[in-house]
Amino acid sequence: MKVNSMDNLFQQLNEVLIISFYVLLIVGPLLIAVAFLTYLERKVIAAVQYRKGPNVVGMFGLLQPFADGVKLFSKETIIPASANKIIFVLAPMISFALSLVAWSVIPISENLVLANINVGILYIFAISSLSIYGVIMAGWASNSKYAFLGALRSTAQMVSYEVSIGFVIVCVLLCVGSLNLQDIVLAQKNYWFFIPLFPMFIVFIISALAETNRAPFDLPEDESALVAGYFTEYSSMLFAMFFLGEYSAMILMSSLGVILFLGGWLPPFDYYVFNLVPGFIWFFLKVGILLFIFLWVRATLPRFRYDQLMRLGWKVFLPLSLFWVFITATVLVFFDILPNFYG
Amino acid sequence: MNYTEYLPIFIFIVIAFSMSLGFALLSGFVGPNKPDKEKLSAYECGFEPFEDARVKFDVRFYLVAILFIIFDLEVAFLFPWAISLSLIGLTGYFSMMLFLLILTVGFIYEWKKGALDWE
Repeated sequence: MKVNSMDNLFQQLNEVLIISFYVLLIVGPLLIAVAFLTYLERKVIAAVQYRKGPNVVGMFGLLQPFADGVKLFSKETIIPASANKIIFVLAPMISFALSLVAWSVIPISENLVLANINVGILYIFAISSLSIYGVIMAGWASNSKYAFLGALRSTAQMVSYEVSIGFVIVCVLLCVGSLNLQDIVLAQKNYWFFIPLFPMFIVFIISALAETNRAPFDLPEDESALVAGYFTEYSSMLFAMFFLGEYSAMILMSSLGVILFLGGWLPPFDYYVFNLVPGFIWFFLKVGILLFIFLWVRATLPRFRYDQLMRLGWKVFLPLSLFWVFITATVLVFFDILPNFYG
Repeated sequence: MNYTEYLPIFIFIVIAFSMSLGFALLSGFVGPNKPDKEKLSAYECGFEPFEDARVKFDVRFYLVAILFIIFDLEVAFLFPWAISLSLIGLTGYFSMMLFLLILTVGFIYEWKKGALDWE
């Protein structure tokens, strides 16, 4: 009996170790991808503006992100005297950790997923809502006017666009009939959802820009008005963690867009040659395209004014996506083409 | 119900938070630590910060938060409805449409009242 329970314990410990290894297998490449995304961003914007971009550290400047990382890491961590110290330190940690945690349910290909839970999309929705806490805690704890105003704007913007993202997800769910991310991808076997739900795809992309505080919706960090927004008072690694969190959230939003609208790991056409390419390559290719759009938009468009931003969220996207939920449900019900997963 | 699928998520959360704690601690350890009065004061474009930063702010932010709660709750209702629509049929469809209609009336009222306008 005693031996048995010991065996059992070892087995469970072994399982935990294996899972931890898989987790590191996701987090490691993700952080490297984030590092190179910052490099890619500078290169893409440089190319748009007919400059060269970083090209000194390493070949083609490829080691630039690591040089930046080391620099940030070895800087002094300044915690303002008037700040609430514990919340101040906790805020970037929450931002960073939450942007990683959502990755546990993302299916990279048919069999490559860490946790295949049946409410995957709800989990991602919940985690992305939680990331607002990092912002508001940072703004409050800093006890600085710029940080406070930046955090207020940022949270108001994020919650506004989250509503439209919710409606967009409901539209997709109506066409799938399941909350599981694998099911959502497999339901797009015949055609990807961005074809029938094209307006919602556009709403999703633009809301994703606003949700991750990216240009042209990067008002919270409007340099000319609010310095650096909610992370004005941050320095060193605490600042870097906000930065990493933002870029990792960008990759996450792109992956979500690929899963919801661009057929996840499925090849664009069901030909033999396309099927030879492993699924995760298609997945990363599509994520790369969406990420490029993020960077391209930043290099091209001027920043919105705050009232324009709120008007777009509440007066355009909210009615439009609500209306589209109505349209999708009506078409599916009256043409009797509802998906039936549990019947 | 089987909850073993949630074990990786739990482990992921533990690892992610310990990583960020590690980053913060390690960097605080490695970096220099030479605080002085000016460095630790809140940034205000070089001026002395002259009052507490927790000032009164626009009530609209509060309004946005309330509207968000209403609509996000609605989305929370729509999620289970969307995936079980094939089971609940026309009854389910029409009852949700009635709900959406009531909500739309409220939304139009807010719009006309100017709750969505920003100066």
